[in-house]
Amino acid sequence: MPAVSKGDGMRGLAVFISDIRNCKSKEAEIKRINKELANIRSKFKGDKALDGYSKKKYVCKLLFIFLLGHDIDFGHMEAVNLLSSNKYTEKQIGYLFISVLVNSNSELIRLINNAIKNDLSSRNPTFMCLALHCIANVGSREMAEAFASEIPRILVAGDTMDSVKQSAALCLLRLYKTSPDLVLMGEWTSRVVHLLNDQHMGVVTAAISLITCLSQKNPDEFKTCVSLAVSRLSRIVSSASTDLQDYTYYFVPAPWLSCKLLRLLQCYPPPEDGAVKGRLVECLETILNKAQEPPKSKKVQHSNAKNAILFEAISLIIHYDSEPNLLVRACNQLGQFLQHRETNLRYLALESMCTLASSEFSHEAVKTHIETVINALKTERDVSVRQRAADLLYAMCDRSNAKQIVAEMLSYLETADYSIREEMVLKVAILAEKYAVDYSWYVDTILNLIRIAGDYVSEEVWYRVIQIVINRDDVQGYAAKTVFEALQAPACHENMVKVGGYILGEFGNLIAGDPRSSPLVQFNLLHSKFHLCSVPTRALLLSAYIKFINLFPETKATIQEVLRCDSQIRNSDVELQQRAVEYLKLSSIASTDVLATVLEEMPPFPERESSILAKLKKKKGPGAVSVTELEDSKREGGELNGGGDRGPDTSAMSASNAVSRHSVTSNLSYVFQSTPSPSADLLGIRSSAPAGTAPASAGNLLVDVFSEAGPAAPSAAVNDDGFLRFVCKNNGVLFENQLLQIGIKSEYRQNLGRMYLFYGNKTSVQFASFTTSVSCPGELQSHILSLNVQTKQVEPLVEGGAQIQQVLNIECLTDFSDAPLLNIKFRYGGALQNLTLKLPVTINKFFQPTEMSSHDFFQRWKQLSQPQQEAQKIFKANHSMDTEVLKAKLLGLGTALLDNVDPNPENYVCAGVIQTKGQQVGCLLRLEPNAQAQMYRLTLRCSKDSVSRRLCELLAEQF
Amino acid sequence: MIKAILIFNNHGKPRLIRFYQYFAEDMQQQIIRETFHLVSKRDDNVCNFLEGGSLIGGSDYKLIYRHYATLYFVFCVDSSESELGILDLIQVCCYFFKMLCRKKQMVFVETLDKCFENVCELDLIFHMDRVHYILQEVVMGGMVLETNMNEIVAQVEVQNRMEKSEGGLSAAPARAVSAVKNMNLPEIPRNINIGDINIKVPSLSPF
Repeated sequence: MPAVSKGDGMRGLAVFISDIRNCKSKEAEIKRINKELANIRSKFKGDKALDGYSKKKYVCKLLFIFLLGHDIDFGHMEAVNLLSSNKYTEKQIGYLFISVLVNSNSELIRLINNAIKNDLSSRNPTFMCLALHCIANVGSREMAEAFASEIPRILVAGDTMDSVKQSAALCLLRLYKTSPDLVLMGEWTSRVVHLLNDQHMGVVTAAISLITCLSQKNPDEFKTCVSLAVSRLSRIVSSASTDLQDYTYYFVPAPWLSCKLLRLLQCYPPPEDGAVKGRLVECLETILNKAQEPPKSKKVQHSNAKNAILFEAISLIIHYDSEPNLLVRACNQLGQFLQHRETNLRYLALESMCTLASSEFSHEAVKTHIETVINALKTERDVSVRQRAADLLYAMCDRSNAKQIVAEMLSYLETADYSIREEMVLKVAILAEKYAVDYSWYVDTILNLIRIAGDYVSEEVWYRVIQIVINRDDVQGYAAKTVFEALQAPACHENMVKVGGYILGEFGNLIAGDPRSSPLVQFNLLHSKFHLCSVPTRALLLSAYIKFINLFPETKATIQEVLRCDSQIRNSDVELQQRAVEYLKLSSIASTDVLATVLEEMPPFPERESSILAKLKKKKGPGAVSVTELEDSKREGGELNGGGDRGPDTSAMSASNAVSRHSVTSNLSYVFQSTPSPSADLLGIRSSAPAGTAPASAGNLLVDVFSEAGPAAPSAAVNDDGFLRFVCKNNGVLFENQLLQIGIKSEYRQNLGRMYLFYGNKTSVQFASFTTSVSCPGELQSHILSLNVQTKQVEPLVEGGAQIQQVLNIECLTDFSDAPLLNIKFRYGGALQNLTLKLPVTINKFFQPTEMSSHDFFQRWKQLSQPQQEAQKIFKANHSMDTEVLKAKLLGLGTALLDNVDPNPENYVCAGVIQTKGQQVGCLLRLEPNAQAQMYRLTLRCSKDSVSRRLCELLAEQF
Repeated sequence: MIKAILIFNNHGKPRLIRFYQYFAEDMQQQIIRETFHLVSKRDDNVCNFLEGGSLIGGSDYKLIYRHYATLYFVFCVDSSESELGILDLIQVCCYFFKMLCRKKQMVFVETLDKCFENVCELDLIFHMDRVHYILQEVVMGGMVLETNMNEIVAQVEVQNRMEKSEGGLSAAPARAVSAVKNMNLPEIPRNINIGDINIKVPSLSPF
C-alpha cells in the first residue's frame, strides 16, 4: 500500500482519495465528492483564516476532484494566495493549480501576473522557474502583454542561471506561439541563435525548440542558425558514446538534441556554403553508417534512440531531395526496416518511404520493395500499419505497376477495416484512372470497386466513371456490356444501378444487337431494380427510360405503360411524379425528331481537376497530396480524358444540356431545371471557357449578347440596386460590366465626405477620351456643393488592365433626397461608351451617432410627436432576419444602436444626428421585426419631416 | 509540440491529465474518453503510434502511447515531434514517477529498464502533486525542457530539500553529492571524458 500516512503526505487528502476509491458506485462517488466540495467551500468562505497547510491540502483535493472529471469553479483565489506566499511548497502548489485550471477571470489574472512579476525579479532561480512555468503553461494573451518584453531579457542576460534560461526559452516560445504580435524581434534575436553554442546541453535543448519555431516564421532573420546547427550536430554525431556524459542515452549521444537539430535544418534549403554542406553530408553519412553497425546494447531504448536520429536524418535527406546517393541509401535503410521485427519501425519506415516515393531520385528504389509492402498490407496485424502500407502503395504506384497495385488494393478492400475503406476506395479510383492504359480495365476496376465496397463509393467516384465513359468513344460499348452483366447479379449495389441506368440510357444501343441484351431485356433488367432504389436513383432511372424511348422506339409502349401506372404518375414524391408526367407527355407529343434532339447523346465533359482527387485532398487536408502527385494527375488526367467536377447529376445531365444547347420549349426547360441540376457547374463551364473564343453554350451566348449590347449602345443605365447596396456601407464595387469596373471607398465626418472612385479597365485594350463628370440634378444643385474633382480630370487614357483613381470631396449643406449622378464617357475600340450612375451619397452618410439612455430616448421620441415628423413603413423582409446581420446594417447606417432601450428586446432602436452645414437634424429610429411573419415595421421620427420620409424610403429597401 | 499528456488506467479512469493547449473542461473530458477509446481497443504488441482522434488536431496529430500493466501513458503530439524520441521520453517519465513516488533515494539514476514495468497506479494518485512537479521538470508548455536524467534528479532534489526545510518534518540529512560521482552504474557510462564541449558534471547543490 502506498504511503497513506507518511510524514510528508497530507493525511486528509490521502483519506479522501481512499474514500473515493472505496466508493462502490458512481452515485456514491459523486455524493462523496459533493460533500467534500461543500466542505472545502465552507472552509474557504469561513471566517477563520486558513493556514498554508490547510490551503495546500484543499487545493490538492480540488485538483484530484478535477482529475476525476468534475468541474471546479472555485479555489482560484486561494491558489493565488498560495502562489503569492514566500514558502516554496505553497507557491509550488498554487502555481500548479493555476496552470491546470486556467481561468480567464481578468481580476485573477492581474493578481497572478503580479505574483509572477515578483517571482521573476526575486533572483531566486527556483521561484523564477515556477513563474516561467506558469506563463508557459497558461500562455494567455494577458500574460503575453505583461511579460513578452521581459522574458527575452532574462533569456539572454549573462548572469541568468542555466535552468532559468531553459525555462525562459520555452516560455518565450509559448508566448510567441499564442501572441506572435507581442513578441518583438530585437537585439536578443541574434543572441538567441548563439544559444546553439551554449555549453549547457539543456539550454541548447530548450533553445532549439524556440529557434525552430522562430525560423519557421522568419527564415531570413535566423539563417545563421544553419551553420551553428550543423557544427553542433557534427560535434554530437562524431563524439564517442562516452563524450557527452549525462546526455548519452543507452550509448547514443544526445539523441533528443540530435533529432531537434535535424528538424531545425528541415526549415531551410540545403546550405549554400560548400564547407557547411560538406560537413552536414558527412554527418548524415555517419548516421547512416552507424545504423549498419552492430548494436551496442540489446535494449530497445538503445535502438529507439539510434533510430529516432536515423529517421530524422532521412527526413532531412528527403527534404533536401538533392543528393541521389543519400536518397538511395536512405531508401535501402528503410527497406531493411520494412522487415524489422519491431512494429514501430515498420510503421515509421512505411511512413517515411511514402515521402521518399515522391522524389524522382528514389522513386525507382522505392518500387523495388513492392512485394514487401503488399505483404505488409495483407499480413500486418495492426490496422495503423496496414493503413501506412496502403498509403505507400498509393505513393509508389506508376504506369509499370498500377495493375498489380490496384488489384492488391481491391482484394484488400474486401477485408479492410471500415475506418479506412472510404479512403481506399478513393485511392483505387484515382489510381485506376490515372494509370489506365486501356479503358476496359478502368471500367472493370471501378465496377469491381462498386461491387466490393459499394457503400463507400462516393458520388464523385461514380460520376467520374461516367464522365470518362462519355468522353471515350472506344470504351462505351464495353462499358455497356460490362455494366449489363454486372446488373444481372441478384443483388447489386444501388451505385451500380445508377451507373447502369446512366450508361445503358446513353449507350444501350451499342449492345442491343445481341438478343441476350435486346432493348426490352435491358429495360426489364433496369426496371427490376427500380423498386429497391431510393428516390434519386429512381429519378435517374426514369430519365434512362425516356432515353430508351428515343434509342429504341420498340420499347415505347412498354415504357409508357410503366410511366402511366399510378405508382409513377401519382407518386407521392413530387420529383418522381413530375418526371413521370412530363416524360410521358414528351414521349407521346413530341415527334421523333424533337425527341432525338432533346435526348441527344451527352457532349463530352470539360476537362478539369479530377473531382475524386479533390475529394481525397479535402479528406486528408491540404498538403497531404504531394505536389508532384497533383502535377502528375494534371498531366496524365489531361491526356487521358476530360475531367470534370460536374457529376452527371441524375437525369438532368443530358436534359439540361440539351436544353441549353437547343432551347426547347420553356415549359420543358423548367422540367429539366427543376431537377437538382448542376447549375453551379454550368457556371463553372462558362467561366472555364477561355475568353474571346466562341461561346460553347446558349447560356454563354446570352450573356455575351447582353453584355455587348450594353456598352455598345450608348445608354444611361442607372444602377438603382447597386446604389441601394451602399446605404449601409461605404466601400465596395459600385458597378461592373464586361469592360469597366468601378469601385468606391468613402468616408464621412460631420457634414463632409470624401469619396474615392476606382475605375478599372477590364479589357486588354485601352480606353480613350475617358472623362467623368458629376452632376447634381434638380434641387440638389444647391445642397451638395463642390463635388470637387480634385485631380483636374482623370487621365483621358486608361490602359488595358489598368486602374485609375479619382477623389471627390463632398460637403452637405442641407438635407437632400436625390443622389448625385456620375457620368462616364470613353471610347472602347472606336465605339463611344456612355454610362450614368447614381453615386451612393445618401443623407444618412452624415449621421453622427448619439448614445442616450432609455429615459432620454423616450422623452425625445415624445417630443417629436407631430404627425409629419414621423414616417412609418411596414414591409416584407427581403434579406436574412438574423440579429447580427441586422445589427451590422443598423451600425452601417451611421446611427448609434441603443441597447436596453426598447422594452421588447427583439426590437432595435437607434439615434443619431444628421449634420448639414446649416443645421442639425435629430433622428430616432425604431425597427420591429416579426420573424414569424417575416415582416418589419420601421418608424422614424426626425426633427425635419423631409428627412423622416427620405430615410424611411432608403431603409425600407435594406432589410 | 506535446498537446497533452494523459495517463489513465485500463478502465479509462484518468490518473494524470495535463493539457498544454487550452481546452475547456468538458472538451478535456471528451478528449480523454476518445483517446481511451482509441487506445484501449488495440492489442498489446501492435505499434505504439496511432493517428489521433478528431478532437485535438485533425491530421497533424498523433497519439504515442505505452501500456504498462494497468496504465496507459499517452502523449498527444503534433508532427513536429519524433515518434521514437517521445517513446523514450515516456519511459523516462515513468522512471521518475516510480522512483519519486516511492521516495527512494533519488540521487542517482539506475538502469532504466527494470523499473517501468510496474509503475503503480496508486503511486500516481496518492502523489498527484509530486507527479506534476516531476513532469514540470521534463515538459514545459508542451515542449521538452530537459532530457538529462541526472539534471532532472538534481532539480527534483533541490525541490525536496526546500520542502524539507520548510516542512520542518524529519529533515533528512542532505544528500551526499559525492555519492553520485562514485556510484558504479552498469548502463550509463560515467567516465567523464569531456570532448570539445564543456559539460557540467551534474552538481546537486546550486544553492
